[in-house]
Amino acid sequence: MQETLIQFAIFIMAGFLGFELISRVPNLLHTPLMSATNAIHGIILVGGMITIAADGPAWVKAVGFLAVFFGALNVVGGFWVTNRMLSMFRPPKARVKRRKG
Amino acid sequence: METGVAPFLAYLLAAALFIIGIRRLRTPETARSGNTIAAFGMTVALIATLFVIEFESLLLIGAAVVLGSVVGILTAQRVQMTAMPQMVAAYNGVGGGAAALIALSEFYHLSEEGSLGVVAGTTIPLTVLVGSVSFMGSVVAFSKLQELAFTGSVTFPLQQVVNAVLFLGILVLAANAFLEGEILPFLSPVASVIAVLFASLVLGVLLVIPIGGADMPIVISLLNAFTGLAAAASGFVLENYILIIAGTIVGASGTILTRLMSGALGRPLGKIIFAGIAASGGSKQEELGERPVNDVSASAVGEYLSDEANKVIIVPGYGLAVAQAQSVMKDLVEALEKGGTEVLFGIHPVAGRMPGHMNVLMTEVGISYEKLLDLEDVNPEFEDADAAIIVGANDVVNPAANDPEKDTPISGMPVLEVGNAERVIFIKRSLSPGFAGVDNPLFYDTDKTMMLFSDAKQGLEEVVEAVKNG
Repeated sequence: MQETLIQFAIFIMAGFLGFELISRVPNLLHTPLMSATNAIHGIILVGGMITIAADGPAWVKAVGFLAVFFGALNVVGGFWVTNRMLSMFRPPKARVKRRKG
Repeated sequence: METGVAPFLAYLLAAALFIIGIRRLRTPETARSGNTIAAFGMTVALIATLFVIEFESLLLIGAAVVLGSVVGILTAQRVQMTAMPQMVAAYNGVGGGAAALIALSEFYHLSEEGSLGVVAGTTIPLTVLVGSVSFMGSVVAFSKLQELAFTGSVTFPLQQVVNAVLFLGILVLAANAFLEGEILPFLSPVASVIAVLFASLVLGVLLVIPIGGADMPIVISLLNAFTGLAAAASGFVLENYILIIAGTIVGASGTILTRLMSGALGRPLGKIIFAGIAASGGSKQEELGERPVNDVSASAVGEYLSDEANKVIIVPGYGLAVAQAQSVMKDLVEALEKGGTEVLFGIHPVAGRMPGHMNVLMTEVGISYEKLLDLEDVNPEFEDADAAIIVGANDVVNPAANDPEKDTPISGMPVLEVGNAERVIFIKRSLSPGFAGVDNPLFYDTDKTMMLFSDAKQGLEEVVEAVKNG
């Protein structure tokens, strides 16, 4: 029970932290922000790895396999595409340099 | 599951890296490194997890991770920036699907051990529900945005009743799973959870099909929050702190972003989710259609811009992206600036199909983000602007939204006050009132407004030519 209460406390604190973190991001960056937070909830991959490692019949293993596949797709695709987007938000000076180089 | 001290500390490090990463997304200069830091945090968490689990399953995990990564890299590398909303929806959906599958599989493990407590017993059906809704909702959102199926608002009689009955059924199935088949003796607990999964998939479809394309930014944002919460919930099931922390941060941030978005549309979230948008104004159009407009040629627009305008504010809408006219837009900016004209952009928070989407599309063609101004920042600028050019947009500049005497689907939405500029130039294919179906009184202000009826790309190309020659 103690454990659950601590988890609950962490849940509440993390919720407030999430609110605070996002409130100050300008509209300009909302699409990359959404894409990056989208990649972060790919943390579910950790859960997939834990559950696939536990014993179980074939169908449970298959469910775990699909979960890990989905999770990896979420993480890798999410961070990759965010990086692609943000690479376009170069400061103006850097852009000029790059063109000359 | 016991985590052990070292993996626990690694999870804490990962959480800190996520927070630092998101913090750095506040400015364009630091955003890219923020994403990299968050990705590094993810790597730390994944490696730590390898020390929590049995090593024999490494092969299976490796195969699934490699497969997922390959598909992820290929899709992320190839996707067009205009298709970003559906790509994010797709990645979000698979995350939700993963959460639902993990919860199902954990339910099996716990009920085999006979250690299904109150926390897991209630959290698992919840995770399955939210994860599955997020998965199928994202699939529908994807197919709407990609224009594969369910385009527009799909409704049928008694839709809300069907949704309510389905939701009730899910609650009964969940209770049956928790009470080990006491309500429905023919369904085993595991079978009940599987039934919750399938019923929730159907619910996900039904919840999103009535919502139209222009409200998609909100749906994607909301589903993003859902998946975050599903990840947090599965953290309670697996007693894993990093899942709780990271999932909750995303859930909370997704929720506040969703509220910001619906605020930018001037409509409460509930109205969007439960009503879709009722396209109205059909009867009004006939009487207004006959009114005269100031129909001009591209060369007239070019002449005005090069001779009279010292300061121009451009308002790009999704029609610009549909016409693939972003690079021509860049040409226009260059041509105008060469003639000494100051050019700014006014970007409405819901321009495009995702919050901030239009900013990404403009920076992609090399327009500096410093020229892209938010609603609040750009509105005072219209006062001394010589021209406002609206390309492929209507609802976000429609003064009817703030007319207290009119009741329209966009009433209450803050708009870009283009009417304060000296001249207003619309580049648009026809007088059609746009997605929300509300006529724009600016069209008929023949002294102020120039209407250039053209496809966004062709119209801009002709204007660029005219500006260069002027």
